[in-house]
Amino acid sequence: MWLLAGRGPRCGRALVPWASGAACLGLPWLRCPATRGSTAEPWAPARLYGSGDRKEKIDMSRFPAEHIRNFSVIAHVDHGKSTLADRLLELTGTIDKTKNNKQVLDKLQVERERGITVKAQTASLFYNCEGKQYLLNLIDTPGHVDFSYEVSRSLSACQGVLLVVDANEGIQAQTVANFFLAFEAQLSVIPVINKKIDLKNADPERVEKQIEKAFDIPSDECIKISAKLGTNVESVLQAVIERIPPPQGHCKNPLRALVFDSTFDQYRGVIANIALFDGVVSKGDKIVSAHTQKIYEVNEVGILNPNEQPTDKLYAGQVGYLIAGMKDVTEAQIGDTLYLHKQPVEPLPGFKSAKPMVFAGMYPIDQSEYNNLKSAIEKLTLNDSSVTVYRDSSLALGAGWRLGFLGLLHMEVFNQRLEQEYNASVILTTPTVPYKAVLSSAKLIKEYREKEITIINPAQFPEKSKVTEYLEPVVLGTVITPDEYTGKIMMLCQARRGVQKNMMYIDQHRVMLKYLFPLNEIVVDFYDSLKSLSSGYASFDYEDAGYQTAELVKMDILLNGNIVEELVTVVHKDKAHSVGKVICERLKDSLPRQLFEIAIQAAIGSKIIARETVKAYRKNVLAKCYGGDITRKMKLLKRQAEGKKKLRKVGNIEVPKDAFIKVLKTQPDK
Amino acid sequence: MGHGTHRVLKGTDGVCPTPAPEEDRQEVAVRTPVSSRWRRRPEAPGSPGTSSSKGRCPRVTQPFLLPLSALVAHLARLAELFVSWARLGLGFLLAAPSAMTLPRFRPRGWVAATKAAQRRHQAEAAGGPRGPAPRSQRAALYVHWPYCEKRCSYCNFNKYIPRGVDEAAVRSCLVTEAQTLLRLSGVRRVESVFFGGGTPSLASPHTVAAVLEAVAQATHLPTDAEVTLEANPTSSPGTRLAAFGTAGVNRLSIGLQSLDDAELRLLGRTHSASDALRTLAEARHLFPGRVSVDLMLGLPAQQVGPWLGQLQELLRHCDDHISLYQLSLERGTALFAQVHQGALPAPDPELAAEMYQKGRAVLQEAGFRQYEVSNFARKGALSTHNWNYWQCGQYLGVGPGAHGRFLPQGTRGHTREARIQTLEPDNWMKEVKLFGHGTRKRVPLGELELLEEVLAMGLRTDLGITHQHWEEFEPQLTLWDVFGTSKEVKELLEQGLLLLDHRGLRCSWEGLAVLDSLLLTLLPQLQEAWQQRTRALVPGG
Repeated sequence: MWLLAGRGPRCGRALVPWASGAACLGLPWLRCPATRGSTAEPWAPARLYGSGDRKEKIDMSRFPAEHIRNFSVIAHVDHGKSTLADRLLELTGTIDKTKNNKQVLDKLQVERERGITVKAQTASLFYNCEGKQYLLNLIDTPGHVDFSYEVSRSLSACQGVLLVVDANEGIQAQTVANFFLAFEAQLSVIPVINKKIDLKNADPERVEKQIEKAFDIPSDECIKISAKLGTNVESVLQAVIERIPPPQGHCKNPLRALVFDSTFDQYRGVIANIALFDGVVSKGDKIVSAHTQKIYEVNEVGILNPNEQPTDKLYAGQVGYLIAGMKDVTEAQIGDTLYLHKQPVEPLPGFKSAKPMVFAGMYPIDQSEYNNLKSAIEKLTLNDSSVTVYRDSSLALGAGWRLGFLGLLHMEVFNQRLEQEYNASVILTTPTVPYKAVLSSAKLIKEYREKEITIINPAQFPEKSKVTEYLEPVVLGTVITPDEYTGKIMMLCQARRGVQKNMMYIDQHRVMLKYLFPLNEIVVDFYDSLKSLSSGYASFDYEDAGYQTAELVKMDILLNGNIVEELVTVVHKDKAHSVGKVICERLKDSLPRQLFEIAIQAAIGSKIIARETVKAYRKNVLAKCYGGDITRKMKLLKRQAEGKKKLRKVGNIEVPKDAFIKVLKTQPDK
Repeated sequence: MGHGTHRVLKGTDGVCPTPAPEEDRQEVAVRTPVSSRWRRRPEAPGSPGTSSSKGRCPRVTQPFLLPLSALVAHLARLAELFVSWARLGLGFLLAAPSAMTLPRFRPRGWVAATKAAQRRHQAEAAGGPRGPAPRSQRAALYVHWPYCEKRCSYCNFNKYIPRGVDEAAVRSCLVTEAQTLLRLSGVRRVESVFFGGGTPSLASPHTVAAVLEAVAQATHLPTDAEVTLEANPTSSPGTRLAAFGTAGVNRLSIGLQSLDDAELRLLGRTHSASDALRTLAEARHLFPGRVSVDLMLGLPAQQVGPWLGQLQELLRHCDDHISLYQLSLERGTALFAQVHQGALPAPDPELAAEMYQKGRAVLQEAGFRQYEVSNFARKGALSTHNWNYWQCGQYLGVGPGAHGRFLPQGTRGHTREARIQTLEPDNWMKEVKLFGHGTRKRVPLGELELLEEVLAMGLRTDLGITHQHWEEFEPQLTLWDVFGTSKEVKELLEQGLLLLDHRGLRCSWEGLAVLDSLLLTLLPQLQEAWQQRTRALVPGG
């Protein structure tokens, strides 16, 4: 099949005669001298290379599809993905070989700190093998399944993957999830066992067996390397050329390009990363987005090296970037197909808009910070269209937003980036999941104009009498653990309403468990509980598994009989008691005493399911108040009286903002 | 606590309608023509100061001034001696014996006069018999002695542990500052003096005498004016207390704090329970009916039963005045740090509340009137000096870090000022030497601010704020106007925490214990009523 596609280059040449004199295949000039500098900078700094004004352009027609390999590196967190990418970049002369090359493609501070990739990066590598010049496109993927949609889009631009497994830790949950994504995309998988030199317990043979057992890949296909030292990395490149098929596609066909990532540059607008499945694209072409149907004129195309390197054209099978006057990342949605104006093509399959799975309220700590926070959120979402932003306001916390994230990690990363890159500190409320309700009330159906509604805000929760059924999002979770913890972990999963789907030994001591979980059971502290009861050895990952019916109820929190609107919660019937108890306890700890007793209650309808009491003040008066104390005392009283005016009143109970924050905020230590 | 024991504000200022019982109305036994040595020579006839004291404070005759000057000369010699002792760092140790020599140089009748004055004082209302002198010409005087021997673990007051004190210099500065502030204030009558600290019982009686002398020179200081000294059991042997008595002190407040030796150690006190009781007995012997003791409650790990035991024991030994103070952990103290680090359990506010409530009940049973949040007195032994604070009378503060509140003479408008003296003793002294006073900060108090203080301070007392008292500060807006219509205030009245009636506004027994919470409703209400009135006064507003 790919032999046919191998004819592609000839047509490429035919279409584009040698455009530049840079026929020389010597690589040094391709090196990007500024790359090293850029690694130290935060993400999205000014691009170092402007449009086409630097040196001579590479003639991309010299790379026929048969000399192209498009591949990704996938791995569990900290298994050596980025280190291997660094070595591949060095080996191919893309970057200089220095000691400073650490996670070159991970540009965000949070990526480097957490050893994760949030924002996929792509680099085109030039590699000479047996006299032939190859163009190897390394399409880096976000490692986490929170970003599984992005991962799947990145993978759809590839024909193969390097599956990196740490020789010490072996297969982990994320390895499994990533493998199956690649497997489903029918990609060639090259297992790479990475031995970290500083760890003594490495057992590559055991990992080979795990790979054979879990993924059905013969152990002799595994390549053993040390990414840190660069040992045997050359054979990885060999394997890429030998085992991964070249891309298919034809230059003669009309343009069909997949947008697999996009970034925003404040001077040049949206920079879309594209993979050409068919056709050619060059500066000046008029293109159309299949999703928005908007027409753009191409200002610049090029390859990522890993910074942008303009070229005249990009050809079928190649991967690069395109700038076409798009003003907003939502105009270049991941998964979208681009084609030439008046030459429509069938869009590439699998496009869907980013679907938030976890919602959380975000509020400035002080309302005076609102505008600063607003601009920080706007700037961040310019580069991350997967975050959905709704304006929201709370009586207690003031004006803020309800943000939708792809998953928990995504939320944490977003928050961390706000803090690190924009110096904004925020109140982030406990995450919730999007529930659904199938309406039975004709009136409500008319009002919502649909039968099935998504409930993001508990205040919108429709009554049971008006609903056929409620639905909650579920995920398929994978846990990989040393077998001594299996019992405890199964108890934890059951407590989280998990349903076991599968259990297998991937080697003599390691068990892989598959559970179907309601998403809301794992959004808050599941991962931390799992880590603590397995002494850190178990790993966890999950993938979206649709919705299931659920017995959901709306729980009210009452203070002396008055409902606190901010604390209305949608909860599964079986969990109402425990959740209600926790909220009541937290309120009890944070509500100041008043002149009367306060009953804190959690209720479903009229049924009270949990109760705590805050006793009345018995003594609250300054003991000593003489001449020298009056000034201080008056100041204190007036400040308290002033603060009291700002308190939210529920009935006649004054509730400080702190109390709401303590109840609503994610509690990292629980 | 019957009203029968109220002896507050008789006469022209009379607020308490109940006359004092007979037992408290012992007539002055001796009205000797020989006055206290610090009694002031009256001003020109017809001046308010003179007329107010007429008949109570006999005119000082010219011949009396002669022995007085002789005494002053002697005091100056003594002062030199003090300076040399202080330089050796031994001032505190030697202060007592030196003071003992003082009485020999006093007119014999002086002590008797003081004693008589004390008895007479008891017969009169707390707040003192106030003459017709306008408020602005009357004041209480606070004198701060900033030094201590040792730092107590709970205390965050303005105090210093010196190597050696140049007491003569401090004394001279205290005197100078008192004179300056009296002049600036235009005060003609000082109704009480309070020596606080620090540990003022470490000062020499001579210093106390010198300040009182200066006050009496500059203004009218009635014979029966309350002169209190805070005394620490360890620095107050009987002989020394006697010397303070001859110097003019007529009331003692003893920092006893606890009758449990372990608790005293925890508090960093240098005395034992038996030291405290001995000092108390000696003090009562020297100042019968004029001794107060402090007892703390709510200490870390303190339990209700044993604490009540202490209170009962104290009742067997104490005089007619007790202050119960709940420990408040103050930032920057050793105790705060220990609790914060977990070395000590945090005081339990529930237990402290229980001690307070039970303590109040026990004292009431024993015939004490709780005339203020933390203060209890029987037989009318209220502290008039402190009463003046809660009534928002004027007071001058002398000494490092002392606070004052008075209307400076000759200022336009009639704005009372809150003043704070420079905190650090050495800097304070430099300033006093340069400018005559060490006032560091002067903040004019607005009319509303003063009313807020009248409210917050007045409600600390059992009488609360009477309509007459309120009217003195705010003739236009009555208590009914301010609080009568508020829904929130009504709730407090209904809860039985607050009373508003023909007498005025005051806390109930339960309300007094939670006054700070009540004020969070009352203060904004006052502000609102004030603003409404101000708006109404603006034409077209």
